Amino acid sequence: MPSIGLHHYLALSAVVFCIGIYGMLTRRNAIGVLMSVELMFNAANIALVAFGRFVTPQLVTGQVVAAFTIAVAAAEATVALAIVLLIYQHHRGIDVDRINIMKW
Amino acid sequence: MDPITLAFLALAFLIIVASLFVVSSRNIFHSAIFLILALFGVAGIFVLLEAPFLAAAQVLIYVGAISILMIFAVMLTARIADGQLRYTNEQVPTGLLVSLGLLVVMLYSLWQTPIPTSAAAPVSGAGRKLGELFLTQYVLPFEIISVLLLTALIGALVIAKKDPRAASAADDSAADVPARERERAVV
Amino acid sequence: MTALIPQSILELDKLVRTIADAIAAVLQGIGLGPAWVTLIQLSIACLVVIAFAAVVVLFLVWWERKISAHIQMRLGPMRVGWHGALQTIADAVKLLQKEDITPTNVDRPIYFWAPILTFVAAVAVYVTIPFGKGLIVSDLNIGILYILSITTFTVIGLLMAGWSSNNKYALLGGFRSAAQVISYEVPMALAIMGVVMFTQTLSMVEIVNQQQSFTHWYIWRQPIGFVVYMIAATAECNRTPFDLPEADSELVAGFVTEYSGMKFAMFFLAEFLNLFSISAIATTLFFGGWQGPFLPSWMWFMIKTLIGVFVLMWVRWTYPRLRVDQLMGFAWRFLLPAAFVNLILTGLLIAVFL
Repeated sequence: MPSIGLHHYLALSAVVFCIGIYGMLTRRNAIGVLMSVELMFNAANIALVAFGRFVTPQLVTGQVVAAFTIAVAAAEATVALAIVLLIYQHHRGIDVDRINIMKW
Repeated sequence: MDPITLAFLALAFLIIVASLFVVSSRNIFHSAIFLILALFGVAGIFVLLEAPFLAAAQVLIYVGAISILMIFAVMLTARIADGQLRYTNEQVPTGLLVSLGLLVVMLYSLWQTPIPTSAAAPVSGAGRKLGELFLTQYVLPFEIISVLLLTALIGALVIAKKDPRAASAADDSAADVPARERERAVV
Repeated sequence: MTALIPQSILELDKLVRTIADAIAAVLQGIGLGPAWVTLIQLSIACLVVIAFAAVVVLFLVWWERKISAHIQMRLGPMRVGWHGALQTIADAVKLLQKEDITPTNVDRPIYFWAPILTFVAAVAVYVTIPFGKGLIVSDLNIGILYILSITTFTVIGLLMAGWSSNNKYALLGGFRSAAQVISYEVPMALAIMGVVMFTQTLSMVEIVNQQQSFTHWYIWRQPIGFVVYMIAATAECNRTPFDLPEADSELVAGFVTEYSGMKFAMFFLAEFLNLFSISAIATTLFFGGWQGPFLPSWMWFMIKTLIGVFVLMWVRWTYPRLRVDQLMGFAWRFLLPAAFVNLILTGLLIAVFL
């Protein structure tokens, strides 16, 4: 067993990202879709930090970008969940396949 | 096998299994709990990558704010009968095809690409370095992120409060502020 | 031999070091690598801390009952042992013997894991608390940030318990606790950041080392921060006047309504572990930790921490409970601005005088 290197982390990141894509495409519940998006964010973060750790260990650029990603994810989650709640109030449901009108 | 390898394998297994449950669980509340597990695993990966500060920030923001926000939304929107309903749409074959195809492409290109790695030791005290970078080299993105978070905060309030019938607005406003405040506090 | 024991109690850190070295020697004798030795040492240290925490909790439960009784002009437990000192052990034995009831329509896996998660989160905080000179499981360089992040798991545990119990009181309790803990975490973190601005480090050991004498205690430089921290921390561990999640006159017992036996005991233990740990963190951040003259370091730490615990208990049995809207309003309209003002003042102070 070779010691764990950059490629292992990137492979993990790729797997998690693809799971996220699958979830995003197939979930009917809007919150489920959001969760899948969070998984993809995290996959990207793993890749960023792993690149930072193995390619430029003396700089912390990877961690800086990952920290920004976390902040953006927080902003995205607040707004998205507010929208979900609003949709729920109007539609009594958050099934993304049934939200097919732009105005309500 | 050394502990690092073992820890990586355990964490990778944890993250992948938890993520699979996130996208496939019938019960959306279970999905949320598994999402927390996966996010915690990612924090563990950050520790392995010698980014302990980022790991703490990950747990603080993702587990402490975003996941709780999601659980809140689940609690406010879930119906008792949700467990019986179909939880996936008609795109399951397409989704499988797309994600597996992408996975194969990514892993293949990863296999083929030699990435120049450096064997130098990572900087110690990454937290301090991170703080310095935020306030010097990356001060502009940092301020933009602050504005973005403020905008998101106000936006979420406006969206959720527009309807006077919105009984959940107070809860939502209480729950979504910490995300931003934590950001500031952490950095 | 008899002369040796008091000496080793006085110098507990040396005793611990000797034992740790002995364990390391044995493990290396077996032929394990250094990483494994460290790992096993850490695990043993964690077990010791858990055992210590259990003993402390047994004591705290009895103490709380005695204090509440005396505040209310009662005697409290008097039967088992001296002034009821062994009452908690009797109660614990009773709880362990009780049938572990799982109601019919609960969400089983989540119902099962909720108390465990809450308990583990409460114990995990103790990893970075310096109990005395050299008495710390692991001096993480993100120490205080680690504590802040690990305590967030408590909320998840409460939400899981509230949701899975399939009971309206439990659900309401879970909702309330989530809203409360997430709101009070912000001023708490900001209050701690005030101290961190002075210390320039997140490591708990470093923070203690910087408060060598009475005058260097951070409470003198961070009075607002201290008050904000104590209020927010009281709310964090759901104690009166902030005990809305389990308000027994409104919600039966909140999120623990459906729990019994061992699982209930875990929630109960976690509550008292949190009580001790917030006081221990306050001691470390604001009262110089284990620093003090004459007495051994761990004794100073225990004295300061137990005084803090006493004050929290005193508050609990003196003040009535807040209403939900008062609770949220207090956090966002008063505590948070106060914490921000404190941060700005601290920054100005540092810029002008240091």
